[in-house]
Amino acid sequence: MRPPLPSGLVAFVKRECPTCQLVVPVLVRLAHQTKLSVYTQDDPGFPPGLEAVDDRDLAFSWHHEIETVPTLLRVGADGHEEARAVGWVREDWEKLTGIHALGSELPDWRPGCGSRSVEPLLAPELAARFGGGRLAARRVELAAAEDEHEALFARGWTDGLPVVAPTERRVLAMLDGTRRRPNEVVAVVPPDLVPCTVEKVAINAVLAGCKPEYLPVVLAAVEGACSDAFNAHGLLATTMAAGPVLVVNGPIRRRIGMNAGINVFGQGNRANMTIGRALQLVIRNVGGGRPGGVDRATHGNPGKLSFCFAEDEEGSPWSPLSTDLGGSEGEDTVTLFPGEGPRTVLDQLAREPEALVRSLAACLRTLHHPKLPFLFDALLAIGPEHARVFAEADPPWDKKRLVERLSELLQLPGPEIVRGADGMAEGVPEAMAQATLPKFRPGGLLVVHCGGRAGLFSMIVGGWVTGATGSQPTLREIGPWR
Amino acid sequence: MAVNEPTHSRVVLDPTGERAPAHRERLPRLTSLSGVTVGLLDISKPRGDRFLDRLETRLNERGVATRRYRKPTFTKPAPVDLRQAIATECGAVIEALAD
Repeated sequence: MRPPLPSGLVAFVKRECPTCQLVVPVLVRLAHQTKLSVYTQDDPGFPPGLEAVDDRDLAFSWHHEIETVPTLLRVGADGHEEARAVGWVREDWEKLTGIHALGSELPDWRPGCGSRSVEPLLAPELAARFGGGRLAARRVELAAAEDEHEALFARGWTDGLPVVAPTERRVLAMLDGTRRRPNEVVAVVPPDLVPCTVEKVAINAVLAGCKPEYLPVVLAAVEGACSDAFNAHGLLATTMAAGPVLVVNGPIRRRIGMNAGINVFGQGNRANMTIGRALQLVIRNVGGGRPGGVDRATHGNPGKLSFCFAEDEEGSPWSPLSTDLGGSEGEDTVTLFPGEGPRTVLDQLAREPEALVRSLAACLRTLHHPKLPFLFDALLAIGPEHARVFAEADPPWDKKRLVERLSELLQLPGPEIVRGADGMAEGVPEAMAQATLPKFRPGGLLVVHCGGRAGLFSMIVGGWVTGATGSQPTLREIGPWR
Repeated sequence: MAVNEPTHSRVVLDPTGERAPAHRERLPRLTSLSGVTVGLLDISKPRGDRFLDRLETRLNERGVATRRYRKPTFTKPAPVDLRQAIATECGAVIEALAD
């Protein structure tokens, strides 16, 4: 609880600060002329000649948000702060106290020093000690003999890899990553349909190994995943292999150091690895979604640990994925796609768009089954060297033309895909035998640009059931960081 | 109190939904279907209707009243209104899972 200050004038000082030492005569004069209380941060004997309140544990300084010493406050009879002067500025002190010719022997102004309560090495500990009260989560005390990592595994809170222990201090530091209140509900998380607060997201972001600056992305991802359109419940419960795939667009990619280049779908980048992981931990821990429980995936895929990456917007000849889904360019967004593991399209010989687009179409056709149309969406990740083939053509191909041509090439003739055709039982019902059916529904083929600068490859990420009963690609704006 | 000794390192925050489910007793098993309306819930999986059609015939032959229900999609939880309707209109429910 915030300790109250007495009414009258209140000064915060420390002996270590030359400006505090400079203003001692002023403080002595104020103590004689008016009601002054002095709080000292490092030495209860300072200032000499005045009886100071010992604030070495910094409870008063922290709660009253003192950032600089000396700070002079005027506190009303009701205990509320009425005015504040920071450092030594004679004019400010005179105005605040209503007393003229203060410290006339001193220079007009001197900057103060940092308050001990904001020293970088102390601040996180103080935040945990004094600010822990704003956290609502149940506290779990680990027994002295328990190994910290084993204890978190034993409680079922991990995805099979070690997690970072979510101490109050770490969770409070994580919450610095957003201006949203800890008790604000972000989403109702399936499968248990549990209202999930910013605080619970932050706790799971700590578990996942996130930095505070990633938190806005995680919050947006949780919101998007739990929307009716994305249907995280169905995606979790399905026997199919897909899980949430996150694509980040906008300037935040670079601010938080995400990878859009070499090994973009692989290991090695903290933001990529931990943001996707945090979302999956929220679904596991808050929503109660666990493999063998509601998660019935026959095989799953390793991306269900974390599958999150940034688009290479700077190197792309095209507008970013986010703008295809209704976002505006330059906006920070996360796109959720229900995806399985990525697979390679290798074409090292095509130098013309038409040749390359035919290779892409041939590979896309085999997704899930070469005889199954429009049930699933796909995310097509064009690598920089493949993108160059389209960009350097005369005339260059834009993304729209690429998608249109792919759609033309991916019209599946009924006789080829009807059940039994080519000796395969799988396929469309007899009633569709004479129809021509598209491999992808309109809007069901998403194109993103990413990957290293060398290598004539693109990648396909297959989707899960699309449309109203499945999951639709979902865009969410990422809220400002603070 | 010194300020630089870690004091919270052995306490962690619970990352779960902290659901402490209120203990709910199961209803006693029915001893007879006499006078009971049985709900037949199709979750919209293929061929669930065939299974329920057969059950309905068998139940009706025995003079048991039935009512049919259908979830809009098997991939999402049943809407609240549907659950409410089944609970108020039926004394028992049979759900056709999977295909």
